[in-house]
Amino acid sequence: MGSNTLIIIPAFNEEKNIGTVIESIKKYLPAQILVVNDGSGDKTEEIAKANGAWVANHPFNLGYGVALQTGFKYAIRSGYEYACTIDGDGQHDPSHIRDLLKVVESGDADVVVGSRFMMGDYNAPFFRKIGMRIFGTLASVFIRQKITDPTSGYQALNRKVLLFCSGDRYPVDYPDADVIIMLHRSGFRIMEIPVRMHPSSKNKSMHGGLKPLYYVFKMFFSIFLTLLRKEKY
Amino acid sequence: MTPQQKIFSVIVSVAVFLFIIELVRRRNLKEEYSWLWIFTGFIMIIFTVWYDLLVFVTHMIGAIAPTTTLFIFSILFLLALNIHFSTVISKLTNQVKNLSQEIALLNAGRDGDKK
Repeated sequence: MGSNTLIIIPAFNEEKNIGTVIESIKKYLPAQILVVNDGSGDKTEEIAKANGAWVANHPFNLGYGVALQTGFKYAIRSGYEYACTIDGDGQHDPSHIRDLLKVVESGDADVVVGSRFMMGDYNAPFFRKIGMRIFGTLASVFIRQKITDPTSGYQALNRKVLLFCSGDRYPVDYPDADVIIMLHRSGFRIMEIPVRMHPSSKNKSMHGGLKPLYYVFKMFFSIFLTLLRKEKY
Repeated sequence: MTPQQKIFSVIVSVAVFLFIIELVRRRNLKEEYSWLWIFTGFIMIIFTVWYDLLVFVTHMIGAIAPTTTLFIFSILFLLALNIHFSTVISKLTNQVKNLSQEIALLNAGRDGDKK
């Protein structure tokens, strides 16, 4: 485990956390780390390099989903068999990386999602929790399998899924429950395992304003469209 | 339609038509995006010159005044043009995304080689 695995960290202005995140990942797994620097205006790039990570720099901010996809593309082109995505803000506890990878490597699943709710000790803000619950339920109904944390960005994926997610069908603005449903409909096997997450200091996907509203609309619409599309991927 | 109305609309529609052709000639507007405009300019000219056709269309769509028909069609045209622009913008956004990712990946690759 390790040499054929790429750890992908999407990061936007994470100079405070990125160093610690990289260091703690190294403690658990000797894998190559790629930081996708999403147009940060701070020292994210320098700190990541100083800590031994490779850095892919977006020329400007393109969003979390695009950063993830850049990582997927890198993994595919460099011939990695597996990838694990982990957030750069220290929210995801790296001690679970091996658990996630173990499942994809065993071939029991193509995507393994780390769920913060299976542990039972995670508290999200009220509205966010409701949103996660609604989309989790929707995803569970459509894929006929219980999904507790569709918004989790702590995932391990095998090469087949990486290839799929590198394509233009991957929804780069807020990839979420719709991706889970899309992956299921494309014949990929999804599994959730419990992970510990720390409450995030900031909210990556929604910075307030009208974005939460757009997010809710986008998610319903995207799920609806995913179900309308007959194409087998 | 009074003669003044007719003269005014002929002048306007011919001017629009010529202006678009000129833009395309100077390559300020790509042929690809000009067809909707040229089509509209053409329809405008037809409607003003061939007034009976406008009256016929007015009856067909159940409108009362022929000017209403003109307004309805101009709004429909603007709507079509905006939707067309939205699709173009979506395509461009995707291309910009892919290009930016390419730049990021190229530089990351060089980075990796040094190691």
